Amino acid sequence: MDERAAGPDEPARAGVDASVESVFREERGRLLASLSRRFGDLDLAEEVASEAIEAALVHWPVDGVPSRPGAWLLTTARRRAVDRLRRDRTYAARLAVLQVEADRADPAPAADADGELPDERLQLFFTCAHPALPAEDRGALTLRCLAGLTTPEVARAYLVPTATMAQRIVRAKKKIREARIPFRVPGVDELPARLPGVLQVLYSIFTEGYAASSGPTLQRSDLAEEAIRLARILRRLLPAEREPAGLLGLMLLIHARRAARTDAAGALVLLADQDRGRWDRAMIEEGRELVRVALTGGPPGRYGVQAAIAALHDEAADLTTTDWPQVVALYDVLFALTPSPIVALNRAVAVAMRDGPEAGLVLLDALADEPRLRGHHPYPAARAELLYRCGRFAEAAVAYREALEQVGTDPERAHLSRGLAAASAAAGAGSGSSAGSDSDSAAGTRDG
Amino acid sequence: MKYMLLIHSGAVDAEGGAPECGVEEWMAYDKEVKDAGIFVSGESLADLVTATTVRVGEAGERTVTDGPFAESREVLGGFYVIDVPDLDVALDWAARCPGARGSGAMVVRPIADFSV
Repeated sequence: MDERAAGPDEPARAGVDASVESVFREERGRLLASLSRRFGDLDLAEEVASEAIEAALVHWPVDGVPSRPGAWLLTTARRRAVDRLRRDRTYAARLAVLQVEADRADPAPAADADGELPDERLQLFFTCAHPALPAEDRGALTLRCLAGLTTPEVARAYLVPTATMAQRIVRAKKKIREARIPFRVPGVDELPARLPGVLQVLYSIFTEGYAASSGPTLQRSDLAEEAIRLARILRRLLPAEREPAGLLGLMLLIHARRAARTDAAGALVLLADQDRGRWDRAMIEEGRELVRVALTGGPPGRYGVQAAIAALHDEAADLTTTDWPQVVALYDVLFALTPSPIVALNRAVAVAMRDGPEAGLVLLDALADEPRLRGHHPYPAARAELLYRCGRFAEAAVAYREALEQVGTDPERAHLSRGLAAASAAAGAGSGSSAGSDSDSAAGTRDG
Repeated sequence: MKYMLLIHSGAVDAEGGAPECGVEEWMAYDKEVKDAGIFVSGESLADLVTATTVRVGEAGERTVTDGPFAESREVLGGFYVIDVPDLDVALDWAARCPGARGSGAMVVRPIADFSV
């Protein structure tokens, strides 16, 4: 059933006008949100949303696209849902109870004056990111329901077999249905506790696309772009909140560097060596404006601060002219908001740029016993590079080997292997020179 | 929709109660649940040393043993069944329960409905 409801872009429907399909990526999420809100059941919503889209694919190429495509789809889908409920009385009885209780908890919004449908996707964001769902399923469900990806597409995004992903999505939907996770937007008083969960889901989709944790390709831009698209929707739906602006800004300021981040062969290019002329200036400008929004009018949030750090990198002509004192100061703010060893690691690398590699090493070595950095390859990689810059080549080679044992993607492995070769050669030569420094990957490419 | 709130206490004091909360807090919570009109049922369980386990084997023979004892850290100390619209409301009520604090934890489980 799940696969039948997979959406408009299956091979069987290839050849359909691309402009018709592009309508549905956006509309499918809106449809699902309205329908799940109305019928209190995600499975039924998915089923009739897909039927409505199939109907549109039959009728629109012949009759033309209706003036309000969203309203047409919703009316068609609702009619199908009512048909389905007439056929299945038990199901209808169960949904009727759900509906009465859902309305009691959260009355449905009316269409606005010009008859346009209210955008009810915000409640779907909160349902998909609900803390009662397994953390690893929240991103998958968000991509499925709000980004309009098919289950095979979500499976590819997370590099798991389609059958595995289908099972995870079925299980998550079963929990939503049977534990009755509501389709509702948290109240103003609950928002501070619930919004970070939604932002975290979008950011994890982005980072999965930005630096795939395993596999032959370092970046999967399409996944990062899905995350950006979702963050834009969330920002539109919550215009008064500053952290969605900060998150969108952070994503744009990192994504702006995508063209320069790998070379023609797919190898990782460090921030120090990136051709900054290839950075996307328009995207950086948009990101900087969002940083301004995120950091104005109240205490800063973690995504706003991370975006500000990314902006400092994007504004600099090169590494040496980067405002490292300001970067370190922002990491201090970030550490106060989210005291994690990952933030401490990034701060140490920034301190190394401000005060020299020895100062950074002192801070890194103080983190040696952090359980959360065990198996986290940026830690030994950053140590290796600072040790190399200090001329401690033999120790650098050991740290490079340690990083290589932990790293997942091939381009990052290649980069570390080059570092290891350089360190081994220098150590073998017994030279004290530290020429050829190509450090700072941790500062530039990991703004988390 | 009915949910069972299982009250697990982490550390148990000599009397078998959770050490973090006083009787007054429990009574206040119990009153709140009943005043809100969501109370279906609820009991607190007697000390774990009074527990007895029964098993019946394949041949129908009965084995009765003392316990179980608190080998695992979490001990079921009581429960509420409440009738509320959805999981978020159930989680709110669980969070307000004194049993959620300190070393305690609440587990929220929907009651299976076979009527439809």
